[in-house]
Amino acid sequence: MPTKLYNEPSPLETKVLSKRFGLDDSHSLEVYLANEGFKAFLRARQMTPEQIIEEVKTSALRGRGGAGFPTGLKWSFVPRTSPKPKYIVINADESEPGTCKDRLLMEYDPHQMIEGILIAGLAMDAHKGYLYIRGEYRYLLDHMDRAIGEAYAKGYLGKNIAGTGFDFDLYTHSGAGAYECGEETALLDSLEGKRGVPRMKPPFPAVAGAWASPTLLNNVETFSAIPAIIRNGGAAFAALGTPKNGGTRLVCISGHVNKPGVYELPLGYPMLKAIYDVAGGIPGGKKLKAVVPGGSSCPLLKADECDIPMDYDTLAKVGSMLGSGGMVVLDETTDMVRFALRIMRFYAHESCGWCIPCREGTTWLRKILQRFDDGGGRKDDISLLGELSKNMLGRTFCALGDAAAMPTISIVEKFREDFERRLPKVSAQSQLVTV
Amino acid sequence: MTFSPQLEERFAKMLQAYPEGRKRSAVVPMLIYAQDETGAVTPELIEEVAKRCEVQPLQVDEVVGYYSMLHRKPLGKFHVQVCTNISCMLVGGEELYEHAKKKLGIGNKQVTSDGKFSLEEVECMGACSWAPAVEINYDFHHFVTPEKLDQLIDALKKAN
Repeated sequence: MPTKLYNEPSPLETKVLSKRFGLDDSHSLEVYLANEGFKAFLRARQMTPEQIIEEVKTSALRGRGGAGFPTGLKWSFVPRTSPKPKYIVINADESEPGTCKDRLLMEYDPHQMIEGILIAGLAMDAHKGYLYIRGEYRYLLDHMDRAIGEAYAKGYLGKNIAGTGFDFDLYTHSGAGAYECGEETALLDSLEGKRGVPRMKPPFPAVAGAWASPTLLNNVETFSAIPAIIRNGGAAFAALGTPKNGGTRLVCISGHVNKPGVYELPLGYPMLKAIYDVAGGIPGGKKLKAVVPGGSSCPLLKADECDIPMDYDTLAKVGSMLGSGGMVVLDETTDMVRFALRIMRFYAHESCGWCIPCREGTTWLRKILQRFDDGGGRKDDISLLGELSKNMLGRTFCALGDAAAMPTISIVEKFREDFERRLPKVSAQSQLVTV
Repeated sequence: MTFSPQLEERFAKMLQAYPEGRKRSAVVPMLIYAQDETGAVTPELIEEVAKRCEVQPLQVDEVVGYYSMLHRKPLGKFHVQVCTNISCMLVGGEELYEHAKKKLGIGNKQVTSDGKFSLEEVECMGACSWAPAVEINYDFHHFVTPEKLDQLIDALKKAN
């Protein structure tokens, strides 16, 4: 069956993880095997766990879920000689606004991810994996159940995988609607049947994760990158990107562009080229106003800050983040008050309510922004928004509080005139008495 | 309480998936799959899931309010979820949601009097590059315009 793609690929892409996208029946094990599938697993089986982890370190792969932590280092934290069972947990709770790539990796190439999980299993001496998929992606839960079934039937999951003597079981697990469950410790609580509330760290999941056992947690895209790294070598993957920022990533471009879509680009790809060449520029020839570089949690960049390469370190240098790869483009007509309000409505809705700065902070920020948008904004509110947000920074249990504060601070500081323009017009006399 | 044979088979497998003594892990997936058959998370369903997962009903009850897809009251036969988060908002998601309210004559999280449709303004559903997006039950629809939404709803009105 020909595969229907969500958007036309761009000739400017570097296809490593997505190279099988678009092949007929690309999701089938048969097509995967005919296109280098499971070669990396067989190769990894000949390697020691240390060698596998070293190869991942060499690749300079960094976690694609949002935090950008070096994957090889994360792998090295799991005590693989622990007498406790070790678990692999795959974070497919994709819900960072602007992000829609894990869907494609599971839909078009589920066996690539499965192979990556198996290689992690070899490196951790783990024999069970849990694929936590957000509940809204029911079609993908069904799709992955079928792919997993196919892998069992042909001996690529279960006992004695591909005759190598290695055993591994993989299960899907449905979420039920909660952004917070993308946070790794909240995800683990959810996996254990509880409310998805983050845990106190340490202990980190590597030591005490799922059911208090050593657990490796990575994003769908991170696992999907592993087969290419083992097959072609970590150095080859690293060389695609920039130093300490290895490989390619699936960049989800949305908002005001002519050709929104998910495109695989090397780390360090110029941001303006991504907007204007890959995604076809801004409709109607309008000017660029701002970019959300990696999902709604990232501080926004003004148009004049966007002439940069997209790698983790450059984005950090300009005070933002590469995040989950969700790049949202805003043209000059965008009302930043409404934009900030929509972001805050999201975080206030998704706060798990566990810690006070996040629960109360997001609620009050939402109320102030709503008042502003309703036409009742006060001049003091502009600085109040910034101060309240800064009070949340670093004071919450998990990153959700920061995720709500950071874009808000950037919008208030960089687009103050948008707020001033929305202040109610008052007469000189009433101004005197309302201060 | 019993479910369809397919769901019973799923639940039997599900309870085997987690480590020994960790049946509680099945609580959330069991609730969401069961809700598709029962229409809502009823007190009876909570008791049943608690029994199967070997926990107290309270431990099931307390997660229900946390997850936005779990509902204590039945939704419409077709649950129309319109995303208005940033990527959708920039390309007409909010207007699309307003249009849906008018078209169905109901507000957020309400059900039409015939029980056929319910509406919800939802957070990001992972369709940002193909926005605005709507999910009806579990089916995704991309690049949705008000006209396209009308067509989808009209077709479902005729369907049984």
